[in-house]
Amino acid sequence: MSRTSLFLPLGLFLLMAFMLWRGFALNDPHELPSALLNQPLPDFQKTRLADGAPVARRDLLGTPFMLNVWATWCPTCKAEHAELNRIAARYAVPLVGVNYKDDGPAARAWLARYGDPYRLSVVDQDGSLGIELGVYGAPETFIVDRDGIIRYKRVGAVDRRVWEEEIRPVLQNLGLPLEEPSA
Amino acid sequence: MKRNPLKGLLGALLLAFSTVSFAAIDTYAFETAVEEARYKALIDELRCPKCLNTNLSGSDSPISADLRRTVATMVQEGKGDEEIREYLLARYGDFILYRPRVMPATYVLWFGPALLFLLALAVVVRLVLRQRQVEAPAPLSPDEQAALARLSQAVGEKSKA
Repeated sequence: MSRTSLFLPLGLFLLMAFMLWRGFALNDPHELPSALLNQPLPDFQKTRLADGAPVARRDLLGTPFMLNVWATWCPTCKAEHAELNRIAARYAVPLVGVNYKDDGPAARAWLARYGDPYRLSVVDQDGSLGIELGVYGAPETFIVDRDGIIRYKRVGAVDRRVWEEEIRPVLQNLGLPLEEPSA
Repeated sequence: MKRNPLKGLLGALLLAFSTVSFAAIDTYAFETAVEEARYKALIDELRCPKCLNTNLSGSDSPISADLRRTVATMVQEGKGDEEIREYLLARYGDFILYRPRVMPATYVLWFGPALLFLLALAVVVRLVLRQRQVEAPAPLSPDEQAALARLSQAVGEKSKA
């Protein structure tokens, strides 16, 4: 056996160590890379939660906006709701809700009780818009630009850190004036 | 009892290719048995996006039920298997596929085992060849042959005496 082949086990060990390091350094395995990034927001024909009026994709476009998938059965949605209320009250960003696989009256009561940060909520009772959006766990938050292209996606709650470090910079890049309001 | 080795092999193969059958509660009406078989094959090989390691047929999560319904509808509409996979892939990404696509990021996955097998084969071949060399020593050199002849002659003379 040649001298160099003595280093074979060491090489194998380093290779395995590298792969394990890569494997464990991956973020939360629940977080799927979004296939929809930089893809157009899918077309849909739905109704508005507040009054049942029809709402379609084209009604939302024209300005960058946040699209937030929520439901009353989703505890994390409740957890992030205060932050959404804060954002809606403080910044000039249109928030559109997708009421995902929910009960209409319960959803309206929920918004009445905890506050309604949404410009409007789209009713997705059968989850078909959810499938078009690749939703697999509420809450999910998308940023859509003025042309209807999805520029950002987050699965899980939006909190202060996510807003400041991820969502706000993306929205500002898209041209929304999000200066800190003067106190 | 005489055992048939082929039977054992067959049994092992059957085990290797069997898939655990999960009982999905929802039933869909398909026009043909072929469509139903395609539906079942698809929900067996598509992965539940909410779960880390369950296929669509094995998952009770609402999203899996929705996706099973989507797959069933698409099968009923006459969409091809590839079309259905593409549809879900475009929305949920590669995670949804239990059988990963062949692309640079998955080359190790697809070809790694074959490479490792070849490597192992090469090691085995080398070991076997070396073993052979030990078993069959090199033929005697002329000097050694002369020495052997001398020795055997000497032994012969001794036994005569």
